[in-house]
Amino acid sequence: MGTTTVERPAPGGTKGARRRRVVGLATLVVILVVTGAVSLAVGARALSPAEVWHGLFAEPDPDRRLTEIRLIVETVRVPRTVLAIVSGIALGVGGALIQGYTRNPIADTGLLGVNTGASFAVVTVIAVFGFSNPFQYVWFAFLGAAVAGVVVFGLASIGRGAGNPLTLALAGQGITVFLAAMTTAVALSDQASLNALRFWRAGSVAGVGFDVIWPVTAFIAAGLVAALTTLPAINLLNLGDDVARGLGVNIALSRIVGIVAITLLAGAATAACGPIAFLGLMVAHVARYLTGPDYRWLVPYAGLLGAIVLLVCDIVGRLVVRPGELDAGVVVALLGAPFFAGLVWRGKFKSA
Amino acid sequence: MEPNKAGVEPNEAGLKPNGTDVKPSVAPGVRLGHVSFVWRPWLVGVTLLLAAATFLVFCVSIGVGDFPIGLPQVIATIFGRGEQVDEFVIMDLRMPRAMAGLLVGVALGVSGAITQSIARNPLASPDILGITWGASAVAVFLVTVSGGTAAAIVSSVGLSAAALAGGLGTGLLVYFLAWRRGIDGFRLILIGISVSAVMEAITNWLLVKADIRDVARAQVWLVGSLDDRSWDGIRVALWCTLGLLVVVACVAFQFKPMHLGDEVAAGLGVRYSRVRAVLLLCAVLLAAAAVGAAGPVPFVALVAPQVAMRLARFPTPPMVASGLVGALLLIGSDLLARAALPVSLPVGVVTAAIGGPFLVYLLVRANLK
Repeated sequence: MGTTTVERPAPGGTKGARRRRVVGLATLVVILVVTGAVSLAVGARALSPAEVWHGLFAEPDPDRRLTEIRLIVETVRVPRTVLAIVSGIALGVGGALIQGYTRNPIADTGLLGVNTGASFAVVTVIAVFGFSNPFQYVWFAFLGAAVAGVVVFGLASIGRGAGNPLTLALAGQGITVFLAAMTTAVALSDQASLNALRFWRAGSVAGVGFDVIWPVTAFIAAGLVAALTTLPAINLLNLGDDVARGLGVNIALSRIVGIVAITLLAGAATAACGPIAFLGLMVAHVARYLTGPDYRWLVPYAGLLGAIVLLVCDIVGRLVVRPGELDAGVVVALLGAPFFAGLVWRGKFKSA
Repeated sequence: MEPNKAGVEPNEAGLKPNGTDVKPSVAPGVRLGHVSFVWRPWLVGVTLLLAAATFLVFCVSIGVGDFPIGLPQVIATIFGRGEQVDEFVIMDLRMPRAMAGLLVGVALGVSGAITQSIARNPLASPDILGITWGASAVAVFLVTVSGGTAAAIVSSVGLSAAALAGGLGTGLLVYFLAWRRGIDGFRLILIGISVSAVMEAITNWLLVKADIRDVARAQVWLVGSLDDRSWDGIRVALWCTLGLLVVVACVAFQFKPMHLGDEVAAGLGVRYSRVRAVLLLCAVLLAAAAVGAAGPVPFVALVAPQVAMRLARFPTPPMVASGLVGALLLIGSDLLARAALPVSLPVGVVTAAIGGPFLVYLLVRANLK
């Protein structure tokens, strides 16, 4: 026990603090909307606000140029933006939850083996069944992510080491390296899966249609509902298991709900976008800085921040190496790793 | 100097800091002029047994192939009394691969033993410290971005050397980023994880951009392989590793308080921190040389010292035994990959298949205690 993040939740909070948090939440929503609008406009072909508006809402038009714009907005920009928002929320909330449950400031869904579990499943089914459409293998990615997540969580919660920061990281690392090598073994024997794997593995929100986005969103919505029901319990769990039990929390039930929520969120986002590491970790820390340790506030903040950061990273990726693109997952890692190193360097995890 | 947390953390994590498993042995000291050491019959016995086992597996590995050669002939040929046909097959065709396995295994084992001893944490292996990903990123960059043309110019020797430089650069970067009025084992590991992630992201991006044929070539680089080794290909690694091992052997003698902690070492004088820095640099270079020769073979550096420590019943990872276990692990895995499996796989796949469960076993066992 004993982590820096375990702080006593403020009892209710003052009226002023509450108002400040609501204002903060509203500000984040506004920023998200603005970023989403920018995401619609920016890309290989930059669109003016009027053109975006037209592409979204205008009736079909005989003018060829306008039809083309409409096509770009509808089939490229909107799915991409929606996916970034949905996955960003899922990864942000997942990251905050996982830190709450493990009382571990370096917890991240990427560390749980979720990513490699999904990669392994994708490669295997492509090699075995010859799938080529993301809609076919996204389910297996989800399944692989879920299984790996549950196994790592299970291993980390055996015996005395349960709830300890390094145990989870270590179990996650063990499973990750193991599955990564198995993935390579499969991919090397089958060029089609190797080809699919390399695109999927960089982590991108581009190139996925609504046929994939809707089902993924449904899973994420279910995960969010599960997450919301468990927020008060996380606050109490952070006081220590004994205290929480004394206050009437069903610890086993709340942990199971938490694992299900995290797996749904991280698994679905990973299945759709590929592995995006560090996002959840990063936004959970920023959210904690903004709101304090109360998870009823921290988690919504983390979700919105996750969506904003993923959108911004995707936009940046479209701009920096024009006419090519840098995948969002790569931008997130390039941003997230120094952030993480900075936290380490400032000694944030010293007593972790 | 800040209190070093590394010795405490793994304990909390359920993994014991090196050595609490075993009682420190009280053994008689021996002094020969300026050199003094402690006579530990068990450690010496285990080390000799490991050396014999390594030699045996080395010879078996040479004998196995499309043209099988019996063990006695292999041994006779190695000692220069074999037939001419055998001599060609063994010395020119098979020896480079086996030698690469031996070198890489020893280098990774010793490197892991040093980093684990200094950080006093079994997690602190070159895999985790980003050295292997840094070397891979450079190798993949050369294979993919240059589109094969520069890769042709940079012959296989050059590629190994470049990977070596990449690994060294990343190792130093991690070291300097983690430096803050001293090196804290826990901080070193976390910084290593984050630098690894950056290198991994860059590598993944390179793979996306690359031609699929290059990707398959690069993919082998990402998991570790001993395929197609020639004497030319391992020359860099050979001299680097041998040289470094000599340095380690000379220096390690002076670093007895390695496992006693920063405070004790500091109290014993500046010389020790200098010796420690030299050792750490050697560990990074050894790991980089290994990656340069065979790619980032996973888990050997992490598993070998832990196994050696348990076999030798020694409180810290013993250097020589760790190197031998590393070689045994690597050559054995390569043998398994070539001879026992239906499809031929890179050796890294096998070491990962062994190492992942071993890590989980360490974790579960320590937790259940």
